[in-house]
Parts: sequence; structure tokens; C-alpha cells
Amino acid sequence: MSQADPLLEVRNLRVEFPTRRRTLVAVDDVSFAIAPGEVLGVVGESGAGKSLTGMAIIGLLDPPGRIAAGEVRLEGQRIDNLPREALRRIRGRRIGAIFQDPLTSLNPLYTIGEQLAETVLTHLPVSAAEARDRSLSLLAEVGIPSPEQRIGHYPHQFSGGMRQRVVIALAIAAEPKLIVADEPTTALDVSIQAQIITLLKRLARNHGTAVMLITHDMGVIAETADRVAVMYAGRLAEIGPVRHIIHEPKHPYTAGLMSSIPRVGHQRDQRDRLAQIEGAMPRLTAIPPGCAFNPRCPRRFARCAEARPELLAAGETRAACWLYSDGG
Amino acid sequence: MKAALERFWDHDLAYSLRRSPVTLVALLLTLVCIGGAVFAPWLAPHDPFDLASLDLNDAFSPPAWTGSGAAKYPLGTDDQGRDVLSTIMYGARISLGVGVAAVAFALVLGVSLGLLSGYIGGRVDAFIMRVADIQLSFPAILIALLIDGVARVALPNEQHGNLAVPVLVLAIGVSGWVQYARTVRGSTLVEKSKEYVQAARVVGRSPLAIMLAHVLPNVTGPVLVIGTIHIATAIITEATLSFLGVGVPPTQPSLGTLIRIGNDFLFSGEWWITVFPGAALITLVLSVNLLGDWLRDALNPKLR
Amino acid sequence: MADNRTLLEVEDAGRDFDVSRPWLNRVIEGEERLLLRAVDGVSFSIRRGETLALVGESGCGKSTIARLIVGLYQTSRGRIRCAGLDVTGPEAHQLRGRMQMIFQDPYASLNPRWRVGNIIAEPIRALGRTLGKAALRERVGELLLQVGLDPQDGDKFPHEFSGGQRQRISIARALSSNPEFLVCDEPTSALDVSVQAQILNLMLDLQQRLGLTYLFISHNLAVVAHIADRVGVMYLGRLVELADVGTLFERPRHPYTRMLLDAIPDLQMTGKPRTPVGGEVPNPLAPPAGCAFNPRCPHADDRCRRERPQPRDDGLGQVACFAVEERRI
Repeated sequence: MSQADPLLEVRNLRVEFPTRRRTLVAVDDVSFAIAPGEVLGVVGESGAGKSLTGMAIIGLLDPPGRIAAGEVRLEGQRIDNLPREALRRIRGRRIGAIFQDPLTSLNPLYTIGEQLAETVLTHLPVSAAEARDRSLSLLAEVGIPSPEQRIGHYPHQFSGGMRQRVVIALAIAAEPKLIVADEPTTALDVSIQAQIITLLKRLARNHGTAVMLITHDMGVIAETADRVAVMYAGRLAEIGPVRHIIHEPKHPYTAGLMSSIPRVGHQRDQRDRLAQIEGAMPRLTAIPPGCAFNPRCPRRFARCAEARPELLAAGETRAACWLYSDGG
Repeated sequence: MKAALERFWDHDLAYSLRRSPVTLVALLLTLVCIGGAVFAPWLAPHDPFDLASLDLNDAFSPPAWTGSGAAKYPLGTDDQGRDVLSTIMYGARISLGVGVAAVAFALVLGVSLGLLSGYIGGRVDAFIMRVADIQLSFPAILIALLIDGVARVALPNEQHGNLAVPVLVLAIGVSGWVQYARTVRGSTLVEKSKEYVQAARVVGRSPLAIMLAHVLPNVTGPVLVIGTIHIATAIITEATLSFLGVGVPPTQPSLGTLIRIGNDFLFSGEWWITVFPGAALITLVLSVNLLGDWLRDALNPKLR
Repeated sequence: MADNRTLLEVEDAGRDFDVSRPWLNRVIEGEERLLLRAVDGVSFSIRRGETLALVGESGCGKSTIARLIVGLYQTSRGRIRCAGLDVTGPEAHQLRGRMQMIFQDPYASLNPRWRVGNIIAEPIRALGRTLGKAALRERVGELLLQVGLDPQDGDKFPHEFSGGQRQRISIARALSSNPEFLVCDEPTSALDVSVQAQILNLMLDLQQRLGLTYLFISHNLAVVAHIADRVGVMYLGRLVELADVGTLFERPRHPYTRMLLDAIPDLQMTGKPRTPVGGEVPNPLAPPAGCAFNPRCPHADDRCRRERPQPRDDGLGQVACFAVEERRI
């Protein structure tokens, strides 16, 4: 790690779902760190375990899902084994969460002013009047026009994009050190997406907040993230600076993923087939031995089916692929 | 065959059944009740409706274990010398028969109207649902009494005895369709908006075909649950009506009739005439209800 | 205008939805009937063998147009003809099977209680094309093979397949009646990118092999750039620009089209600053007077706020914008 003191450190995280027939491993031996002010993008296809990783970090795994191994450290303090109540306090104060559907994060029965003020009062030592002032400045900060009027409105009176801004305002109300944003732009139209991305980016820069941005959208990652972690079948496939992941991906899965994205500017040679990865990501019940990607990998060799690769240095990034082992 | 059994054993429903001892007991009791009722002519020690075999000297014989009882009549006899155990088995036959038939009737009526209401919508929907609203503002028992009363007036006296059971089925069935209609209408609205229904419409399948082939198989889960619990309610309704004397004729007593007959002797010390039919009714209804509850949870993917 | 190369003609089509509250509430609370103009004054045509894409943000009416064309909704105004036949007219039944639809949600578009073989055979059965049991099975097997699945998959249920495989089954079902025209409503937007690439490739292959004509509804401009011959951009129920794919992406003219293109995330990471566009799509129940885009448009003047621009064809394509018309931009 380039930074000496990461804000968030995840080590060998393993999330399991015990079911009737077997225990499913949804997140398997995932390690990464995020520095203050850094945006880490976590990408992967549905079922890759990216959302579960986020949920495990903020302590909101739905039972029977549980952290089976590994640890999560926030500013050096272990938070994965804290009691529920302590974790709840940390969640509002030091970690902010943003989810895909803004409606589920807001209580329809209270005005957004009440919800903001409540969050501020719970976590910061301020008076009611100060809490209101802070709510107003939060709304202004996330780009809601005429906050003095809007503060008295209920969530249903906001459009989708504005609601997501309110959710962001709530998430940053107690000046958290870390924001975990799970598909924050997926439910929004493209023109609104751009606005939300810009906002998240600005927050990270201005407040030194670390952001874990979980999304399936490479475009969002390219515009927002400093570093990217690519997940596949519950494991980290590759992690590294965004430029290198996008322009010279080292893991064959990342490379396949990047070239299967249709791009504007290619309409000259449209009608050409897109590059595609054959097959589909394995279900959790049937993860192949060795490298989970090996049955679909165009560059696989004998060792790939035999042993699971660790993250290995591959140029500027680190990739879990035997192509980069010295002996490989 | 073995494979089919293994598949059944491995099925999620069978698994969830194995994991719930209460449900297993309820299932066992229900099976005993159903078995006793269905096979009453072969299993019952006496035929309580064979007037020739009745002996009034045996009337008011207490249960066998009380000393003054006779081993011939394990649960004692009633005022006419009928064996209480046998009358319970025959009575359960009628109670269960009426309950199941009434539920089947309500289910078919309610599911059909619910499907029409949800799929066609508009005025048809408004009409059916307003009728349902109006019906819901009366207690079910009142509607059953009303239908029974109308049938009594409309049918000639000698016919009424023969038609008592069908009328009862109709009365209980009609009073219970609303629940099915509402549930099915709701599920139909959900399914109708799904794309597989639209795909069937694009190729020009008729509304009736879509309702039967596409929507119906996808709305049966909740109906099954309601149906099971409704059997218990229907048995109670039947018992209530019979207790009030408007149900089945005394020559073919159901559990409700038995309780009413026994009620007259409760205070003269012959408690067994009413207590045992009552206990049988409670056991049957409770078991069926427990089964219904379990089915609801087992079919709910969120609780799995 | 309509030569025999034209397959689909949409003329001034419109569709309103009654979103009023129930009659009783209206009477008690003295409310008016409320009509939502989901689609208004939309005209375009599709030539045989080409792909026309309609793009726009949610609520712009693009899916409604798809449903008007396949007859899931009735038009309120205007006319839609396919192969010269009015899709709502008495001869519409002749179109059955010649036009098919592929839907967005691979989880909702297949009946979970039906076996895949029956799902695919449904259009064949619905059209009353009597095939023997063996012949039907063989046809289903062929179709499964054609979309890249195993002929044995017909015996399975939908839940045994992944999202991408389900979308393949959907396509097989659509192809089973030998259609010439497929209406695709966001067929890949619920899929992951690597699966999306598989499905787009499959659709391109099938088009070439079977000579299919596509109407492709999407909100993803990159996908559209890849698959379409011509592109129509919709905003609040109206078609604001229609042009060849090259023209539209290289020389977008309507301010809304420009805004959409600017909003595409930049994968090349050229670092070019995105023009931030403020505002959101207005409430379709109370659209602004004049041009619907005027509150968000940097080029709007008084005329834009008063009059509604009509689509004009200027050789490069259709544009409905006064600023373009008056050569202000």
C-alpha cells in the first residue's frame, strides 16, 4: 500500500451462507484497504459478492449470512466483532451508507429536515438550532436548490435524483470517515447519474472521506474511482489503479470484461461482434476448483484447475492469476 | 418409485415438515381424524344409524373406564343408547365432508371471480369487488343462516331433509368466497403485469387461455394456504349452524349436532355425550389450522 | 414515402393513459380527469432488415411505443402499419406471429411453472400451426440450438437458467413463429456486461442469418451505437431527433441529444470535462408549455417557451427544435 495508514482495512474476509444442504461461500478471502480521501471502486457482475462485501463491512449482513473469517479494521480498530449496538453507532457516525434505492433509505413519514436533524443530533454534540443549520448546509452541499423550502418536504415530494442527494446528505451528516455506496446511480437516468457521480467525487476530495463505491457500471468507476477492485465468484480477481485496470487489465477476466463493454465512438465498425466471455459466472453451489475463472478463461493452463492463485504483482496492478507467478 | 419417494423426502416441503414436531403431531392427528371419519363404516364399533341395533337400556352408559361403564361402549352412550365413539366417527364424516365440499365450492367460485376481476379489470372488477365488500360487511354465519332460511322456505318440506347437506355446503361456501377472490385478484394483478403474460398476449392467446394456463398456476400457493385454514373455519361454521339447529338433520348428526344433543344433558351429569364430540371437534380444527399455518410459512420463500 | 422496403410505418401516433383517481374520490374531492400523454405525435418508419433504436430516459414513452406496435396497447391517435396492415385494424390478425417481442426482465418474461420447451412452443401452438408432437419437439430443439442452448434444455424449468440463458430462451420463443420483425424492449439492460455482449452478438447474428428487422428500445447509448442503423431520441413522449447512427453520434443537433451524449461516462478517461446538465425530466402530468425541453435547454428563447417545435426533415434527419431550425445552434 502506498499510504501508511489505511482508513479501512479488510483482511481475508470470508462471508458464508449456511443453507440446508451446504454452506455457501459468497465472499472468499477478500483483502483490500482504502486510504483517506480515496475512492475505491468495487466492480463485478451480479452474484460476484461485491454488495455482500460492503454489507459485511457495515455490519448489515442479512442472516443467515455471517462473517466466517477475516477481519475489518476502521482506523485500526476491529469492527467486525463488535456488538450490534456499538456497530450501529459506528454506522451513523464513522461510516455512512448509500444504497441503490433511495426510497428504502428514507422514512416516508418524516420530512427530510426532521430526518437530517435527527441524524445530526444523534451523532454530534449540537443544539437543535445548530442541527437545523447543519441540515440546511448539508442540503446545499449536495446540490438541492432552495434548501430552506425543501427541508420541510417529505421524501415522496422529491424526484429520484433529488432523493438520492438527500440520502447522500444523510450519509455525510455526521461527517463519517468512510462512505459505502452500493450502486448509488443504478436506479437513476444517465443525466442524473453524472450529477451524482460528480457529487460523490467532490465529497471525497473536500472532506478527505474514503469512499467504497460498489457498482457493476465500469463507466461510473472510470469517472470516479482512484483504484479498482474487480470481483469474480466471491473472490478478488484484480486490484489496482483505475487507469491500469481499464487500459491494461492483467487478469484475463478483467480484460474480457473491459472488451465486452460497447462504446460510443465505435459506430464506424458497428456490426462487428463485441468481444465476449463465453459462459456465465458459476453459481455459488458450483464454484470450480483452482481459479474460479478457469473454465471460461482463454489463457488457462493445467495449474489453473489445480490450485487457487493468490493476488500476484502484475505490472501496476495485482491479479489473482497464475500467468503472473514466477514459476508460472 | 423409490426415486420418487426419495425426491419427495428431499423436497423442501418434506424437509420443513420433518423439522417441525408440532406440525408432525398435527398432521398425525389430522390423518387419524380423516381416517376415522372416512373409514367409519368399517372402523366404528357400532352403527349408530342402524335403529335395529339400538337398545334404550344401554342409554346414558358412562365411559368404559368409569367403573359403571361397559367395555362395549368405550366413550359411553347417549340418550338413545348410541355409542358415542361411533357417533363421533360418523359425525366427523359429515363435518369433514361438509367442510371440504364447502371449501371446494368457495374456492372454485372465489378463484374464478378473482381471476376475472383481476385480469379483466374495469367495470367487471368494480362490480365483483363491491359485491365482495358488501358481503364482508355481514358476518359469515349470518349469510349462511340467510341462505339456509331461504332454502327452507323455498323447498318443500320433504325435499329439505334430502337437500339439507347440499344447502349447508352452498351456504358455507357462498359465505367464504370473498377471501379467495380478493387474494387471487391481488396476485392476478401482479402476474398480469409480468412480461410472460404480455408475451402470450402478443402471440394472440385469448384472455381465458391466459388466465387458465398462465395466471392460475402462479396464484395457487396462497389459495392452498387459505383453503386449508378455511376447512377448519368451515367445520366450525357447520358445527355452529348444526348447534343452532339449522344444519344437518338429527338423523345424520354432525359433530355440531352431537354437541347440541349432549348439551341438554351436560347439567344432569352425562358430560361425556357433549365433551367427547367437542374434544374431537377441537382436535380436528386445531390440527388443520396448525397444518395451514405451517403450509403458509413453508411456502413463503422469505421465511425459508 | 412507403415503398416496399418499408416494413413498419408509425404516423403521428399517440397514446394517453387515464391516471385519474377513482370515480368516487373525484366526485367527492372535485377533481378533474387526469390524462397522461405517454406518447404524442410520433412518426417514423423502419425499412426491412434494418435496426431502428429508440433511446431516452425513463418515462419518455419509448416502451409505450413498443407496446403500441405489438398491440399490447391501443393507440389513442394516429396510425401504425406493419407490412401495409394496420396493427389495430381488422386485418391485424394476419400480423400475428410475424411480429414478436423480447422483453427486459429475463426473470419475469418466462412463466416459472412452464417447462422451457412449452414456453418456446407457445407461439406455434397459439397460431394453430399444427405440428406433430415429435415435429414440435424437433423444432424446439432447433430453436434452442439456434440461440446457443442445448436441445435437451427444453425439459428444464426457467429457474434452472441464468439471466443470460433466460434471455436466450425469450429470443427462441420470439423466433418460433418465424417472425420478420422483432420489437426488443431493453433486452440487455437487466444483464451483466459480459452477458450483454453475448446477447447483442446473438441478436446481430440472427439478424444476418434470418434477415430480421429490429426495433430496439434502450436507455444505453453505447449499446445503441453498437447495434442500430438509425436512432430516434425521445423526450417526454415525443421524438426530438431521428438520424442515422453515425450522424447522430458525430453530429448531434437537438440540445437534448447533445446532453445525453455528454452524460455518457467516459471510459477512455480522456479527462474531458463533462458538461454538467442541471435539472430533471419534468412531471409528465404537467409538461411545460412550448418545447418540453425548454426548462433545461441552454438555447431556449421565448418562442421555445410558447410554441411546440415540430419534427423537420432536413436531409440529415428529423429534428424538432427551433434553435436548430433558426440556425441559432
